[in-house]
Parts: sequence; structure tokens; C-alpha cells
Amino acid sequence: MSIALEPEENKLLSSKIKMERVTEEVLAPMGRFPSLPWHIAFGLAQATALLLVLPVIYQLFFGLGIYGINNPVGWGLFIVNFVFWVGIGHAGTLISAILCLFRQNWRTSINRSAEAMTIFAVMTAGIFPLIHVGRTWVAYWLVPYPAERALWVNFRSPLLWDVFAVTTYFTISLLFWYQGLIPDWATARDRAKNRFFRSIYSVLSFGWTGSARDWNHYERAYRQFAFLATPLVLSVHSIVSFDFAVSLIPGWHTTIFPPYFVVGAIFSGFAMVVTLLVIMRKLYNLEHYITMKHLELMNKVILATSLIIGYAYASEFFIAWYSGHEYEQFQFLSRPFGHYAIPFWTMVICNLVVPQIFWSKKMRTCIPVMFVVSLLVNVGMWFERFNIFIISLHNDFLPSSWGLYIPTIWDISYTIGSFGFFFTLFLVFTRVFPTLAIAELKSTLPAPSTGPKIPEAAHHAHHDDDDGSARHHPDSNPKEAH
Amino acid sequence: MAPIQVPAAMAFYDDADDLMYVTEKARVEKGYKDLDAYTPYPVHGLEDALGLKMSWVSTVARMGLVAGWGLGFLFQSWTSAIDWPVNIGGKPFVSWPAWIPITFETGVLLAGFCNLLALFVACGLYPRPKTVIVSKRVTNDRFTLVVPIRENQTEAEVVAFLREHKALKIKIIDGIDKERQRVIFRAPMEEEPVTA
Repeated sequence: MSIALEPEENKLLSSKIKMERVTEEVLAPMGRFPSLPWHIAFGLAQATALLLVLPVIYQLFFGLGIYGINNPVGWGLFIVNFVFWVGIGHAGTLISAILCLFRQNWRTSINRSAEAMTIFAVMTAGIFPLIHVGRTWVAYWLVPYPAERALWVNFRSPLLWDVFAVTTYFTISLLFWYQGLIPDWATARDRAKNRFFRSIYSVLSFGWTGSARDWNHYERAYRQFAFLATPLVLSVHSIVSFDFAVSLIPGWHTTIFPPYFVVGAIFSGFAMVVTLLVIMRKLYNLEHYITMKHLELMNKVILATSLIIGYAYASEFFIAWYSGHEYEQFQFLSRPFGHYAIPFWTMVICNLVVPQIFWSKKMRTCIPVMFVVSLLVNVGMWFERFNIFIISLHNDFLPSSWGLYIPTIWDISYTIGSFGFFFTLFLVFTRVFPTLAIAELKSTLPAPSTGPKIPEAAHHAHHDDDDGSARHHPDSNPKEAH
Repeated sequence: MAPIQVPAAMAFYDDADDLMYVTEKARVEKGYKDLDAYTPYPVHGLEDALGLKMSWVSTVARMGLVAGWGLGFLFQSWTSAIDWPVNIGGKPFVSWPAWIPITFETGVLLAGFCNLLALFVACGLYPRPKTVIVSKRVTNDRFTLVVPIRENQTEAEVVAFLREHKALKIKIIDGIDKERQRVIFRAPMEEEPVTA
């Protein structure tokens, strides 16, 4: 079936796909009892998520002493995981907002699941600072509210900027995602056979009718969200990097951090999108929507961002040497040759060497290869965070205050558990949400061979689908094309 | 206020180009007023064919952006310099460069809320257990044009125009709300799906 629906030359999707078919195939899993593979995956994810819960309960009784954090290395795997998961989220916003502004039609097959990934990744990330503050039950002190103590938070602290950046990012991603979902809930509502589900979907769709007058407002609001989310996504990891760049620790105090963090985030985020979509398209028979062309384009983004990251690594080492700053030089010598040489070389191999395989078209269009590469890239990016935070802290200025950081079993437990938490949320998403943006996908379907019934209409509409882009996508402006 | 109802003719198409062509013809050549169209996805150019103005939603969002910037900056200055000034590392009480990241975020946050709320107000969207729709297929695979039949027109005249332009199916509906220019359709959603 999927072979028959291979997209034609120069097209992203097959022109045999009709709108009705999109509705049916995307919404079908929502009304079906979950399959056995889903149950197994969900059970595994749940069991793994337990590994996140156990250390937190244990910590409630015994405090932060159960973890490996110590005096020079106060941040530990908490912050490694936090920055790693916030970074994962960035690809979703890049796909939904930046590719929307750049009028890349290929985003419509993947934006819904990528945005869901963003939201779940930021939720996962948010757990770690909350554990790390130790007394989690007073974590709301991070928020500036009029307290009986009358003392306000310190707005000069980059850690507080982080609170605002991450919560704003989460909120805006959620609102943007929900706006995209409204027409699709309406489609689900009108397709539902069951009265109960129809009411639920009607509530979720906010009474969307599909009127062109409403679409006029909708398009404007959607574009406005893209304009808001684009600087926002760039700001989030920039502000996260300020936590480090604003300090004086050698290895942290560098101006390259904001762009370096953002590119790393996009790199790891795209790798996670590939990991998830390779599985999802297979399990839910979506291979003719998320085609090899989509996967190949994402692999090209991974390759490009890998090169930019390589440049950032090289520039860090160059500046350490060129600055003549002995602490900085010592720091960068201790990365490849010090106590933590294995994490460093894992990072270099996974982030710089492995993605180079995508120069070959054969390799970047091979599912098993891209799956393995995407996993390795995420391993590499996790170790990149490890290198930045742990290595820089463990040997700073005074040898008398040096120390080693060795994660305890509980550190490893919550790290693995965070993946279980993330995959639990994502598996629930694939069951109860429309996994593809139905309305947007329909607007990018290639012209069917039948075409308009009114001969003048065909002439009138100035078709411009030679490049595989759709006829009615809001991004393909016929006036400009003419 | 009770909606003023005018009977309307509804024409179904399965191609967006057909709909766009007919819409423009009905509005420009025939002079039909208060047209509405229902489509499964935003059809680019249809807003021009219907003669719609540019949406005001994003203006509200931009006002929210500027207000959020202002409020965020003033709040940080007020808490740090007026309500309880604390000397932190000898920095000025209004350390304005340090305010910038949070100022940016509060602006974007308020703009996002304004954007979505303005959309809900503009389209009259709110959560409701029952939605009145023109046809079950407009959110699936049909493009529909709704032409109100006014005093100076006859039903036959409008239907003839739509039939001449190859509508797959034509249906007469009860009326249109002139205030909000929205179709009022008495049959609830339980109605049989329209098989065009």
C-alpha cells in the first residue's frame, strides 16, 4: 500500500492521497483500542518513569545527600538533564514557527508531533530544577509573588531569567499547539459516531465551524504566533546558557554560549524527532505522510547543525589558547585528557564523526542508519552537557577546592526515568490526539489529476505546483508567483 | 439579540479552485452580499474572493507585546528599587540591562495570550458541548459557499446561478445571522451527514 503511495518526482506527498483519506487515517487510532505493541511500549515507559519517582520519594526523607553532588560540582546530573531536555524541545518550535515563516511546506507532516515533543520535553526538563532545589515543596518561591516576607526575588540573577524563559516557552508552545489543534478537533467531532466523543471533541474544538471568515482570523493569529515563537525559541536556550556564561568559571565564561547552545538544541531536537517519527510512522501506518523525503530533509538539518557545532567546539579551543588565560587553557586541556576524557571523546564521536555519514544520500535515506545515528546524536548531546557542566566545575581555580563528581545510583535512576516520563506522555499523545496536523496537511496535498470542474477556475487560480508545493497553502501566494 | 434570519442557498464543491472562482463571481459579477464559505483548511485567496478585511487579531497581540514589555520592566524596577531596595553586589537598584531578558519574556507571554483570546473573540469560539455546523463534510473534504437569498432575489435565481457553476449539491438552509454574518442552521449536529 505504501509503495503505491510513493510521492511522485518533485513532490512531497503522493497526488493519489485524497482529503477524506487524510481525515480517516489520522483520526482512526483515536477511536481504536490500543494495539499490543502500544501496550508493551506503554508498560515499559511507565516502568521506566518509576525510576524518576523513586529517587524523589527517597530524597524527601534523606535530602540531597543521596545524590553525587558535592562542593565544587553542585549542579550534577540535574542540570545536565535539564539543559538536555530543554534543548530537545527546540526542534518542535523550529519546525512549527521558523519553518512556517520560511514557507517550508514539508513541515506540515511533522509539526504536530514535533510540537507535542517540545511540550513534553519542557515538562520533563522542568522536573529537574524542582528536584535540585532540595526543598521541592517551596519551589514556588521562585515566582515573584507578594509574600508575607515582603522580599522579592532577585531579578539580576540568570537563574531567575531561566524561570521566566522556560515557563514562557512552555506556555507559548502550548497555546500555539492548541491553536493548531482546534480545526482538527472539529474534524474529529464531525467524524465521531459516538455521541459522548462528539461532545468531548465539540468542547475541545471550541465550536469551530470552518467558516472562511474564521479562517481569515485564524491564519493571522497563526502567523502572529510564529512571529512570537521565533525569537522566543532563540531566547530560551540563550537564557539557559546565561546561567553559565554570566559566571566566571573557566569553560563557562564565554560569549559563544548563546548561539552554541541554540544550535546544539536544534541538533539534538531534530535527532529526537527522527527517533520518534521513524517509530510512529511505522506503528500508525503514516509512511505516505511522513515520507522518506521528510526524513531526508531532517537528516540534512542534523548534518548542517553538526557542522556548526563542530565549529563551536573548535572555536572554544581556539579562544582558550588565544586568550592566554591559563585557567581557561587548563580547563580545555583537561577536557580531552583529564578525568572525564571518556565523556569528552564520546561527545566528539557521536556529535561530529557519526553524523558525517549523512553526506551519502544512500545513508541518509536508510531507516536503520538514521535511527541509530539519531540515538547516538542524543547520547552525544547529553555528554556535551555533561562536559560543559561537570568538567568545568570540578577543576576551577584553586587546586585545594578541586573535586570529582561521581553520580550515585539515584542520579542514574532519575536520568533513565526521565526518558520513561517523556515516552509515557508521547505514547498517550499518539493515542488521544490527531498525530498529524490534518487541516494543514490537506492544504499541502498536491493537486489531484482530476482538478477543478469549472475550466475557467483552473486558469483563474494560477496554479503553481511544479515544485511540489500545494495550490492552496497560505504560504504559496499566487500573486507573488505570477 | 435574536438573529435576523434570511434564507440561504448552500453549494457544495470538492475543489477549492471551483469554490474560489464561484465566490468571486457571485460577489463581484452578481453582487450577492454577506457571502460565507466553509472549508476544511484555510484556502489562500478566498478572503479576497469574499472581500474580507484583514484580521485585527494580530493588532491585539502586538498591543499585548508592548504592554507586556512595559509592565515587565516596570514591575522589576518597582520591586527592586522602590518596594524593597536590596543592595546586591553594589549594583544600581534599577539594573536595567539585567531586566531585559525577563522584559522580553513577559512581552511575549502577554502577546501570546492576547493573540489566542482575540482569536476566540473574533471567531466567537468557546467550549461548548454541541456545535451547530453547516455540514459534517466541511471539516473533512467539502468546500461550501453560502449565498443569502435577499428580498430582491428569488431562490430559483440563486440556485440557477450555483447550478450553472457545477455545484455538486445545492441545499436551501433556514437562515443567516446578519449581525455576525454567520449561518444559523436549525438542525442540530445529530442530523444525517450530508452526502454530496
